[in-house]
Amino acid sequence: MSDQFLFATEVFINGLMAGVLYALVALGFVLIYKASGIFNYAQGVMALFAAMTLVGIMEGQVPFSHIINAIFGTEVHHFGWHVPALLAILLTVGVMVGFAWLVQRVVMRHLVGQEPIILFMATIGLAYFLEGVSDLMWGSEIKTLDVGLPQGGSFWIEDMTSFLGSDNFYGFFIDQLDIVATFVAILLVTGLVLFSQYTKQGRAMRAVADDHQAALSVGISLNFIWVLVWSVAGFVALVAGIMWGTKSGVQFSLSLIALKALPVLMLGGFTSIPGAIVGGLIIGVGEKLFEFAIGPMVGGATENWFAYVLALLFLVFRPQGLFGEKIIERV
Amino acid sequence: MKMKLTTLALGAVMAAGPVMADLVFPSLSYRTGPYAAGGIPFADGYADYFTLLNERDGGIGGVKTKLIECETGYNTEKGVECYESTKGQGALVYQPLSTGITYQLIPKVTADNIPLHTMGYGRTSAANGEVFSHVFNYPGNYWNGASGVVNYLLEETGGDLKGKKISLVYHNSAYGKEPIRTLEELSKKHGFELVLLPVDHPGQEQKSQWLQVRRDRPDFVVMWGWGVMNQVAIQEAANIRFPMENFIGVWWSGAEHDVLSAGAKANGYKAVTFHNVGRDFPVFDDIQTHVVDKGLAAGAGDQIGNVLYNRGMYAAMLAAEAAKTAQEIHGTAEITPAMMRDGMEALSIDEAKMTALGMPNFGPAFNVSCENHGGPGLVGVTQWNAESKTWSLISDFKATDAEVIGALIDEDSGAYASENNITPRCK
Repeated sequence: MSDQFLFATEVFINGLMAGVLYALVALGFVLIYKASGIFNYAQGVMALFAAMTLVGIMEGQVPFSHIINAIFGTEVHHFGWHVPALLAILLTVGVMVGFAWLVQRVVMRHLVGQEPIILFMATIGLAYFLEGVSDLMWGSEIKTLDVGLPQGGSFWIEDMTSFLGSDNFYGFFIDQLDIVATFVAILLVTGLVLFSQYTKQGRAMRAVADDHQAALSVGISLNFIWVLVWSVAGFVALVAGIMWGTKSGVQFSLSLIALKALPVLMLGGFTSIPGAIVGGLIIGVGEKLFEFAIGPMVGGATENWFAYVLALLFLVFRPQGLFGEKIIERV
Repeated sequence: MKMKLTTLALGAVMAAGPVMADLVFPSLSYRTGPYAAGGIPFADGYADYFTLLNERDGGIGGVKTKLIECETGYNTEKGVECYESTKGQGALVYQPLSTGITYQLIPKVTADNIPLHTMGYGRTSAANGEVFSHVFNYPGNYWNGASGVVNYLLEETGGDLKGKKISLVYHNSAYGKEPIRTLEELSKKHGFELVLLPVDHPGQEQKSQWLQVRRDRPDFVVMWGWGVMNQVAIQEAANIRFPMENFIGVWWSGAEHDVLSAGAKANGYKAVTFHNVGRDFPVFDDIQTHVVDKGLAAGAGDQIGNVLYNRGMYAAMLAAEAAKTAQEIHGTAEITPAMMRDGMEALSIDEAKMTALGMPNFGPAFNVSCENHGGPGLVGVTQWNAESKTWSLISDFKATDAEVIGALIDEDSGAYASENNITPRCK
């Protein structure tokens, strides 16, 4: 096989892996949009908040320590303990559930029946609020997140594939973290599908998504379902935060990963979990192959805009996205 | 009774002597947003030095300093707003810590007669004081940085880069593109191949760039990054097992937070610098005693000795020394922004002065002049030790390629002068 073909294959595989990471972010958007019709602008910031909380708990950091120290003249920063990763993840899930309850209690329940644009604006406010709270609670410095996930190219895959090309070909590079992310995404999607198909709460969630007034009429608590949905979205945000935060450290930029999810949503549809996955994969592969083949001719850095161009191309033919619900306008 | 009170108050005011206005130093900082991790230590260092002067020396020339901090979020529009909202408060010099904001402020500060100091960033050709009367970028600029990198690589390769391949991984912005022209000229001069790899803001995803590095197998990778781009690039370089000792960044890609998240794998990574690193300088003991221990530190007091804290402190020191020079030139302690500009243009820093300030060997000696607002452009190299989690200076501050840089500065500043109908001064 020619080296060029092998390089293209390597880019294709890495594009798939990157797509999985994009899909992880997009999933959170889909869950909330599907259940409540809200485009949650705060999803990226939720990933940041979840990851910061996880690191804070693991390192035994005192929340709001800067404020406490400024008011009381103390010098407290850490409790002096280190929490194991698994326990810290569980505690963070608890925090995200609490956050979901607060969002529902303080924001969303007062906006029931409002126009979608009002709800969208509320999530913009929520995003800025959460950004500020994250900084106040845990500080703005970059934090290293190590929950024991492997990183770096897999030697085994490189060794097993290096014979395919000439001496210029080292074997396929695949980041071990990306492999883990793929398995996690498969587990997450399987879990979500099973939850929504086979549990009472999952079915109630689907009922609310289909028609919340009909769901209310059969005794489903809208408040409970929305807390549930925001909690699940918070959990998905935590997973995305762990994967992205392990790569780059936990810092403000984590909230910008939402920008990577938008073309995925446009392409896959806002209401479909499989759509988020397939959309992520198409965007990941598409942008990486375009950068590989065309990037050098146009000066590179094509990925950000090409993802949106690709999504727009799909929209021309399917405005609702690949897996979105068909738009029917009755007159 | 009313008369008595008035007399008493007037007497008290007269007894206190003339009230002098503070020397105002605005700090256009960014403690929030995607670049906060770099903005915070710089802002802390900048603020703490002025607090030190107030607490230890009673200000500059007997006049207290006053720091006005304005949050830009590294956003150009907000930076300009900060400038407009603070310039009327007697601002003596602006240091926006952003190339984008710098480009917007150059015409404004010139019109408002307020100096602008962009140390190691901003518009490189502003080093030409004949064209840029109010902009200063001493002691070093981007093109010095690029040339310093190439000079170091020449040393590493026994003076011969012919046939070598150097990849530049850069932030796809005005800032990141600054060194390209210089590196292109230097590649012609020294015969190395330059491969350009832009990374879009913020730089969270760089898989394509590093797969290309893996395919191209360059001899060296140079990084011109800022913010999350630095951490991700160093992690990705480690992932593809690119040798860290062949990976060198500009001074904005060489702080502690850039390398810490990659852990042990970042060991050996290098960065150029125009000032020293570490906290082993007497000035930091003074800051600890007079600022941190008194609870007056701008931050938590835990950044002292970090690369960007040192840089912020160094920037404040250079501003304070320029203010002292202005006071001497004009014979008054209460200087105006125009006088401050004169002080900056006559600034002279030597090792004796640095030692007296508690910063021996902290930065190069240099003189600013009407023609040269850029200083000597001396560049050193630092290297990261992942085990001790410290940066060390591994080379002296050395001269950069004045021939190449000088020609580029003349060309770019000449173009700016003709576009803006500026008659070169200093004749």
